[in-house]
Amino acid sequence: MEPSSAGGRPRPTGGLELYAWLFMRVSGALLLLLALGHLALMHLINNVEAINFAFVAERWANPLWRLYDWFLLALALVHGFNGVRVMVDDYVRSPGLRVLSLVGVYGLTLFFLVAGSFVILTFQPMAGG
Amino acid sequence: MYRGGAGQWAWLLHRLSGLGVLLFLLIHILDTGLVLFGPEVYDRVVKLYTHPVFRVGEVGLAAAVLYHALNGIRITLLDFYPELSPRQRQIFYGVVSLFALAFLPMAYLMLKPLF
Repeated sequence: MEPSSAGGRPRPTGGLELYAWLFMRVSGALLLLLALGHLALMHLINNVEAINFAFVAERWANPLWRLYDWFLLALALVHGFNGVRVMVDDYVRSPGLRVLSLVGVYGLTLFFLVAGSFVILTFQPMAGG
Repeated sequence: MYRGGAGQWAWLLHRLSGLGVLLFLLIHILDTGLVLFGPEVYDRVVKLYTHPVFRVGEVGLAAAVLYHALNGIRITLLDFYPELSPRQRQIFYGVVSLFALAFLPMAYLMLKPLF
């Protein structure tokens, strides 16, 4: 799809596409806070040298950080894979390849959402190691 | 498909930065999952991120997130306030200016520990 003259892709007129279009804008606004906050916290206030098992265990001792991380995980994944879905729609012409790509997009979204949620919700520092 | 102009570049960069951030997100979900295997495994793997190559990659990731965020605000503003569209060129230059203003200190802080 060609970009409209000013903003993003044209607003769909209804149905699932309209909800997907709205979701991208609303989740984008939320990710602005969640993702930039995560970036500032992990890469500017702390840095990659400070991040280890003990750091994660201490952080996830607070359920509010698990909640924060889960929202970041879920919104970023669905926002990102919906972006890929739109690109498949734009670029993949062959019908067979389109179906295959979409199965891949939905399958990967589900796999990473389930795997990521499992890690955030079940991690117990005492049981590790 | 590309007719040139600021909007076309903004749009292409939005897709590329989005793909880059998503790719990192998937890797990051897998590396974080290693916490379930205990401190030895997790610490050994995330230590890779302190390697200079990854420190430079980290700056690239920050650039992609920052651009995608600022350009996303531009897109959303123009989508919901079409009356702003005569000023879209200035808004795009605003995005570029804010990007430079935020990125330069961020890159400095991230790369400083390397030297």
